[in-house]
Amino acid sequence: MTDLSMPRTRAQGTAGKTALRWLLYVLLGLFALYYLMPLFVMVTTSLKSLEEIRTGSLIALPRDVTLEAWKTAWSSACTGIQCEGLRPYFWNSVLIAVPAVILSTLLGALNGYVVAQWRFRGANIIFSLMLFGCFIPFQVVLLPMARLLGLMGLAGTIPGLIFVHVIYGLGFTTLFFRNYYVTIPAELTKAARVDGAGFLRIFWSIFLPLSLPIVVVTVIWQFTQIWNDFLFGVSFSQAGTQPVTVALNNIVNSTTGVKEYNVDMAAAIIAGLPTLLVYVVAGKYFIRGLTAGSVKG
Amino acid sequence: MAPILDIKNLYKNYGATEILKDINISIEPGDFLVLVGPSGCGKSTLLNCIAGLEPISGGTLSIGGKDMTHVSPKDRDIAMVFQSYALYPTMSVAKNITFGMKVRGVDQATQDAKLKEVASLLQIEPLLNRRPSQLSGGQRQRVAMGRALVRDPKLFLFDEPLSNLDAKLRVEMRTEIKKLHQTLDASIVYVTHDQIEAMTLATKIVVLKGGVVQQIGTPAEIYNRPANLFVADFMGSPAMNLIPARVQRNGTSTQVAIARAGGDPIVLTDTRDLHLPEEVILGLRPEDIAEAGFRAGAGVQEAACLVDMVEPAGADTYVVSELGGKQVTARLHAETSAQAGQMLNLAFDMSKVSYFAKDTGERLN
Repeated sequence: MTDLSMPRTRAQGTAGKTALRWLLYVLLGLFALYYLMPLFVMVTTSLKSLEEIRTGSLIALPRDVTLEAWKTAWSSACTGIQCEGLRPYFWNSVLIAVPAVILSTLLGALNGYVVAQWRFRGANIIFSLMLFGCFIPFQVVLLPMARLLGLMGLAGTIPGLIFVHVIYGLGFTTLFFRNYYVTIPAELTKAARVDGAGFLRIFWSIFLPLSLPIVVVTVIWQFTQIWNDFLFGVSFSQAGTQPVTVALNNIVNSTTGVKEYNVDMAAAIIAGLPTLLVYVVAGKYFIRGLTAGSVKG
Repeated sequence: MAPILDIKNLYKNYGATEILKDINISIEPGDFLVLVGPSGCGKSTLLNCIAGLEPISGGTLSIGGKDMTHVSPKDRDIAMVFQSYALYPTMSVAKNITFGMKVRGVDQATQDAKLKEVASLLQIEPLLNRRPSQLSGGQRQRVAMGRALVRDPKLFLFDEPLSNLDAKLRVEMRTEIKKLHQTLDASIVYVTHDQIEAMTLATKIVVLKGGVVQQIGTPAEIYNRPANLFVADFMGSPAMNLIPARVQRNGTSTQVAIARAGGDPIVLTDTRDLHLPEEVILGLRPEDIAEAGFRAGAGVQEAACLVDMVEPAGADTYVVSELGGKQVTARLHAETSAQAGQMLNLAFDMSKVSYFAKDTGERLN
């Protein structure tokens, strides 16, 4: 009897496990669908004509795929009185984000290197103050920053926005690099000093080559922050220097007459695409960099 | 000849904490100086001060006859090997070794020649293109030494270079370092907490405790004539027996009485003409206590002792007995018939005895 019942219970157990596994997959699939839904609606809507949007269902696939809305969004949608599409603003964003990311990452790496490896009197206090900078609400600095930019002659310019983003990014980039470099044994710096290398040489020849994972993390983080920024973009720019996020807002809000949902959707996707791309390309390093441990000699 | 390293009245403070106090050390070219002491005694800090990696708070320091007190590490003409090896992780072995020359702008031909020379000396030619992460502990150790040797400096500094290796490799590398010292005739300052390393490698030992030099001397001086109870206890394995004893002067010789478990006190005679206080700590190395009949000499005296424990160690057998309230270890020949719980006649070589003051711990004879 016993040897007969044994396999049956095991089979029941296996069946139960399989069912559970399926339930899990279905649940996860539903969640994924739920999160993908808005993207799906955006993409399909952007590919439809206005006529089709008016008559069809929100979640239906487009009957006639047309890229007309994308073209409009890119080159001829109106942001207020100008009708040049997102294109000039997209390039503004590139011109702001790329230098700001590079500068804030480099400066953060240098800061982190100093705070982690060249202990000086007050190093901890300075680091704490920098961290504090991460948590100051953006709104608080808007007015002083506007005044400062005015004094520097950078108000309403792209260099001005780069400056703001570099300053605001420093807290985070310093934190990232400091936490990464703190795991690198101090003896490495000592060995290089005895070998005759100076401050910058050690940074350049020994620390930077070790830093790929944390550089990727920082670049993703900074690029996402700066590209997606709206508040600084809207506060410190003027006509002609606005970043893509501000332009997107203007396109969506300044339509007269019929609301062109397809153009709005296409514009939103265009504005969000670069951050998506950066994450897809470098994403696997992101988690790896965040969890990277000490470097063994 | 001028000393290669001369440290005078060196002090090192971290805030109000004194790490090193009034250090005076001087070594000749070709000396192998070992700084030894328990962890936290300041020996690594002292080495970092010599390297210039830590500023000193007082005193002077000269290397090769030149004052280096305020000179940066790169201009001190030193090379250093670190405990963690501190190899540059992203560089190949060859690049690790030549990094110092590259930084100093040595031309490529000289770099290549030097690299080749050092690689063959340390037998690491097959490893030159590997990364440090692809090397074993012993290989990393060699590369770290290569990086120091290639510089051909006035002074080599070693900071516990063998403590990350397993026991067998440590002994091998110890022998190699000693060989290197002999072939290169280099001047070396070497930090370790391992007193056996200190004894085997050094031409001169500095024993440190709590930032204060306890004794400076050759290995033989340190071993045979420890300056105080700390040095006596720290150097040697098993440690020197330190036994409380009462002393009585008898003409020109000295009567030493030691309490004995299970009997009257042992009374031994030291024939040396000594002037000692009434109560002392008597220090005798385990090898200076033998089984009766196995040790002869003018100062040898015998006494019966109760054996508490017998520990065969292969080449020798250690016998432990309680004397003067202390566990006293004697080093007997391997074939001894001693058994725990029995009385055994032990021979004490009184000519080797060190006496220490009971209160200060300083050496008395």
